[in-house]
Amino acid sequence: METLITLLVGVLVAVGVYLLLSKEMLRIILGTAILSHAIHLLLLTMGGLKKGDVPLLTETAAEYTDALPQALILTAIVISFAVTAFLLVLSYRVYQESGRGPRLRGRQDE
Amino acid sequence: MNMINLLLFPIIIPFFFAMILMFFKEQVVVQRVLTLIGLALSLVASFWLIATVKTEGIQTVTLGSWPAPFGITMVSDMFSALLVTTTIIITIFVVIYSFSSIGVERERFFYYPAILFMITGINGAFTTGDIFNMFVFFEVLLIASYLLIVLGGEKRQLRESIKYILVNVISSAIFVIAVAYLYSIIGTLNMADISVKIAEINQPGIISVIAILFLIVFGIKGAIFPLYFWLPNSYAAPPIPILALFGALLTKVGVYAITRTYTLFFVHDIGFTHQFLMVLALLTIIAGCIGALAYFDLKQIIIYNIIIAVGVILFGVAQMNTSGLEGAVYYLLHDMLIKGALFVLIGIIIYATGTSNLREMGGLIKTHATLGWTYLIAAFGLAGIPPLSGFIGKVLITKGAFEADHVIGSIIILASSLVVLLSVIRIFIYAFWGPQKNELPVRDQRTYRQMMFPAIMLVLITVAYGVGAEWLMPYMTDAANVLADPSIYINAVLKE
Repeated sequence: METLITLLVGVLVAVGVYLLLSKEMLRIILGTAILSHAIHLLLLTMGGLKKGDVPLLTETAAEYTDALPQALILTAIVISFAVTAFLLVLSYRVYQESGRGPRLRGRQDE
Repeated sequence: MNMINLLLFPIIIPFFFAMILMFFKEQVVVQRVLTLIGLALSLVASFWLIATVKTEGIQTVTLGSWPAPFGITMVSDMFSALLVTTTIIITIFVVIYSFSSIGVERERFFYYPAILFMITGINGAFTTGDIFNMFVFFEVLLIASYLLIVLGGEKRQLRESIKYILVNVISSAIFVIAVAYLYSIIGTLNMADISVKIAEINQPGIISVIAILFLIVFGIKGAIFPLYFWLPNSYAAPPIPILALFGALLTKVGVYAITRTYTLFFVHDIGFTHQFLMVLALLTIIAGCIGALAYFDLKQIIIYNIIIAVGVILFGVAQMNTSGLEGAVYYLLHDMLIKGALFVLIGIIIYATGTSNLREMGGLIKTHATLGWTYLIAAFGLAGIPPLSGFIGKVLITKGAFEADHVIGSIIILASSLVVLLSVIRIFIYAFWGPQKNELPVRDQRTYRQMMFPAIMLVLITVAYGVGAEWLMPYMTDAANVLADPSIYINAVLKE
């Protein structure tokens, strides 16, 4: 199971990087979103996808799932959510300011 | 051990005041006063913290009273206490400088809250003892910095801020990847515990790979070769006070993180990891020197000097002996102070001349003598002319390098001092000597004096830092001892 998910993470990262390398601002933002999702999945996989009980230690608990990766993912999701929202607002502002589609272009001679 | 939350004060006080300031969006004077009060309180707390760490050793707080490897631990050793204090000192003076230079428009759009949130993140990243918590504090300071870099919404700022944000989003992604890999192998996030576990398995190859991943992450934030590409343009976009804060503080967080991870975690394969770090540090210095000489723009020259300094500090860290680390700690603090001072000073030069192009300046010494001499002292301090503060740091770093038999590296460091001196003296020669080229714009003398106050104070502090090195050395030694011997840090965190 871990191998399968790791492969999925690889595919998602590839998609994210592909989108990041495009010139369209919206695609780039979606690229960062997909990239961060891929990484959340990686975080989950790295903690081990065990099937076990909730991590409440009783005398009979034999196997339990590590809760820490889930806490980490929750934090990371909130952060990437905020950053994506900020980026979207910023690109909208750039669009308003420049009057053309928000493209990542520098000076002509760059 | 008596548990007091002293080490949390420099993090919580700015955070608290930032929240209060949100309620006073339109009252600029209230905002200014409250910001200064908040920073002054944090400064008192951080001095108290240094005194406590000096007498009682490393301070730790485990949040929620979970025992050490399980909960989030905040750790304040001498290194982080000194960094926290320096951060607050610089911020106070840059905030005073902002009063007369940033403009009411920006002040009304959450300029001061953003600064205080950024200080929260920076101090948190310096203090935390948990690698994932460090990621969270990085994000806190980054999001505040996103606001600061785009505040004002000039076209150039908008363009550069998108690049800045994207670079940082990607580096944060790599940060989480590195933490995930580390967790899958080590199974812990507490930094002291990670150090113990890595020592137990004697750092196999995969840990070295993770070490390089961490170097990439912090290298992007701290601007080492070849990952500094985003820095010169992004930093030049926002106004001078923001540039001063970024230049003095943000890259140093990356440098701190590299120093911490490379002295606490990855210390068992120095032949590979630290050699790699050293080569990159030297390349960083060379690339920075080329940039510093190539430009005729005031901002760009000093910005490339940030990159040189990052290289010098990391070169000291890569030596992994007491002299090198002591030098790195000393030079890191020196560089934060002097960069703050220099950015404020060039801000005043730009204000006085109305341009940042050196070719259009000249003859300022006739009208702005104080500015000229203050700048000259700061420039000498940066280049490391004794007894100013840059000298002592570089002496210790080169001493460490000679002890570790890295002769060529030391020669590059010493040669880079000459380039640094040349690049900053060029500003002095072009801006202050010679005939006046253009008519100076008419400026309010009172504003000029208000701007000079923080600049002179910062330069005086750097001079005191250099001249008073004798008294400060015990603190630097304490900081370097913890870095040189991870067991001190581990014992302080995991002893109960």
